[in-house]
Amino acid sequence: MPILSYLVLPEAGAKEQLCTDLSTMEGCEIIPSDNEEVVVLVTDTPDEKTEETLQKSLKNLPSLQSLSMTFGHSAE
Amino acid sequence: MNTTRRSFIKIAAASSALAAAGSIFPGISFAEWKKQEGASGKINWHKAPCRFCGTGCGVLVGMSGDRAVAVKGDPNCSVNKGLCCVKGFHSVQALYGKDRIKKAQIRRNGKMVEVPISEALDVIAAKMKETIKKHGKDSVAMYGSGQWTIPDGYVASKLFKGCLGTNNVEANARLCMASAVTGFMTSFGIDEPMGCYEDIEEADVMITWGNNMAEMHPVLFSRMLASRKRKNNVTIIDFATRTTRTSQAADKSILFKPNTDLAVANAICYEIIRNDWVNWDFVNKHTSFHKGKTNIGYGTEDHFKFKDKPEDISFEEYKTFLEDYTPEKVERISGVSARDIKYMASLYGDPAKKVTSFWCMGMNQHVRGTWINNLVYNIHLLTGKISTPGNSPFSLTGQPSACGTVREVGTLTHKLPHGVVMKEKDRKMAAEIWDVPLSNIDPKPTYHTVEMFRALDRGDIRFMWIQVTNPMITMPKLKRYRDGCLKEGRFIVVSDVYPTPTTDVADVILPASMWVEQEGLYGNSERRTQHFDRIVPGPGDTMSDTWQIIEVARRLGFEKQFPWGEDEYIGKIWEEYRRFHDNPKHNMAPYKVLKERSGVQWPFVNGKETRWRFNSKYDPACKKGTDFDFYGKKDGKAWIWARPYEPAAESPDQEYNFWLNTGRVIEHWHTGSMTRRIPVLHNAMPESYVEMNPDDAADMGVANGEKVKIISRRGEITMKASINGRGVPPRGMVFVPFFDESYKINEVTLDAFCPISKQPDYKKCAVRLEKA
Repeated sequence: MPILSYLVLPEAGAKEQLCTDLSTMEGCEIIPSDNEEVVVLVTDTPDEKTEETLQKSLKNLPSLQSLSMTFGHSAE
Repeated sequence: MNTTRRSFIKIAAASSALAAAGSIFPGISFAEWKKQEGASGKINWHKAPCRFCGTGCGVLVGMSGDRAVAVKGDPNCSVNKGLCCVKGFHSVQALYGKDRIKKAQIRRNGKMVEVPISEALDVIAAKMKETIKKHGKDSVAMYGSGQWTIPDGYVASKLFKGCLGTNNVEANARLCMASAVTGFMTSFGIDEPMGCYEDIEEADVMITWGNNMAEMHPVLFSRMLASRKRKNNVTIIDFATRTTRTSQAADKSILFKPNTDLAVANAICYEIIRNDWVNWDFVNKHTSFHKGKTNIGYGTEDHFKFKDKPEDISFEEYKTFLEDYTPEKVERISGVSARDIKYMASLYGDPAKKVTSFWCMGMNQHVRGTWINNLVYNIHLLTGKISTPGNSPFSLTGQPSACGTVREVGTLTHKLPHGVVMKEKDRKMAAEIWDVPLSNIDPKPTYHTVEMFRALDRGDIRFMWIQVTNPMITMPKLKRYRDGCLKEGRFIVVSDVYPTPTTDVADVILPASMWVEQEGLYGNSERRTQHFDRIVPGPGDTMSDTWQIIEVARRLGFEKQFPWGEDEYIGKIWEEYRRFHDNPKHNMAPYKVLKERSGVQWPFVNGKETRWRFNSKYDPACKKGTDFDFYGKKDGKAWIWARPYEPAAESPDQEYNFWLNTGRVIEHWHTGSMTRRIPVLHNAMPESYVEMNPDDAADMGVANGEKVKIISRRGEITMKASINGRGVPPRGMVFVPFFDESYKINEVTLDAFCPISKQPDYKKCAVRLEKA
């Protein structure tokens, strides 16, 4: 049951779109910065397989430039 | 409201990301997060110092109900200004490990059984009485820690030295900063740094002497890098025995052969004099020259004794002494090119540059630790670069209260909260404040840490109470001392928060409160005292170490000396302890002030903290009409010492042909008993390893991750090789971190120590390697 957090950087000018994209994805909660082009993302998935699928979806988001993991936990 | 484990982890995850964002984008704001916090009332923030290293970062602990769920840097704390390192950010998770010790245990018929804590305290008091009756007062001992809170150490000293009359009190800070203390005492006659962390922003040049600050003091290192970025004219030099993350971030990395920092420091002084970069006005007014004994031994034998014999010398004699340390001669000893030695000397010698030197274990865990401390002071004294903003020789500490509890309270065999047991004046002060007969306080020190464990092995000590430390990982030449604990007729009490190899040898285990589960005070590397409240309820029968000692003291009949109630004892102890330092050289802030602020630096005089000591502009203890006053010495002068280069206790030879160097990693704190229970830190660094030079590995046919056996004259250990990892030793050296109890590297190390400070050298012994 992994819980991870990331700092997410959007593509130039795409922060709003990125927030919309992430908000609609299952297992994602976001906290956007109000003065920098950065979004905090917390993911909460039921198992490793769902986590892998989510990560693939994240990497394919056109509005997303980069993901930096800041926290990782996998509860047994 | 109740916080589920899952929501707790999610809050911690979000806090980590927010904190990371804060350190990368200064001034970043997350208004939505603040709204969530405020709207739900979920998190209340409380100030505390970080639980881990000696930097003393201020943190804010986020509470949801009665559970600590998050940490962020305290923006009001001048130490870290809102920053935190990876250990600090995750520190609250160390409170909630699954195998937390919650009940007292007693060994019965070879097995540990849970008992009410009051029963365990009864057993401890009875065993102490019985041992003293049978074997005398010096057969019982207390071994504490630089992680003790100030009240913990204070009551331990009061009970053992004041009430029981034995000087058998030591702390693990002997293993981490005793050489810094003796360095200060011999050069300045008074302990602890003259500067403060503001030196980082003031300095033009920062030189790290055997000090991997990028991993060991990451918040301070961040301040160094930020200053370099902001000012554009800052130079960082890493002077070390292996290449580390600090070397990678520095402007220049200079490697030296183990123990030869002594020779290089002398060569720098030689160059300063040869080029007439000496600040003569400062030197003539504020320094005097001295020499001591040489060929002073290594302390590897039981009952080793050493007493230095200082002699005055002239400047000319000092200059003659330095002729053995020309850069060209020292290049042959140290492996450092004469050019690099001259370059370092030119940085110190340039009157337009402000220079700060930092060091920690590399100089302190050194068989000539006192000497190398003296020699770096010499450089700063000759150039007058001391006690002014940006000009500081700065000894950093490794534990949150090595300064506060061990150095200031004096929890070492020879020390008292003010002064030393050998001086009647100091014993009188202690006897009066402690309300005990003067005759109770023994004028003779007993055992320093290594000798204390030797005494336990020999049977001179029969009872030892160990609090907040894990010596069955950290003692050098470990097997002897572990076997000693397990001998018939020894009784070991261990107060701790998690099972460790030290609780494995215990006869009684006491469940201890951890960090913010109790009220307490720490003292950091820059003379800053930091108070924290009890924020979190401790689990089960956990009890603060201070209160454990008070309970035992009362059972031993010392109710008069330990009269305080449970709701007031920390404040009362602090105000009693402050009486020892009631003078402008060391006055401590009142309890009320400490409760309000994120740390206060001493000397605290007329409501003002002292940033730079010995400088009359800043330090009210200086004589009026002087610019500098080194008031620790009777003549008001700082001492410049002629100290030679001498080799390590054990160097590589044909049979054992590698140096072994040991140390730490950023993810784990010391023996890992707390940080290895924090999943994110454990997963980031799950296992210890041996760093090898890639050419040595190639010669042996060892690939990254393959196993290597490390063998010394004391023992052996097999672990995975790390090649071109985060650290790279030079050819002929290996490095092993000591955080992982599955790989006890101290089975291999040597218990040689500095004869003056008695601090062991964990950085140098000889080993051979085999591909496993």
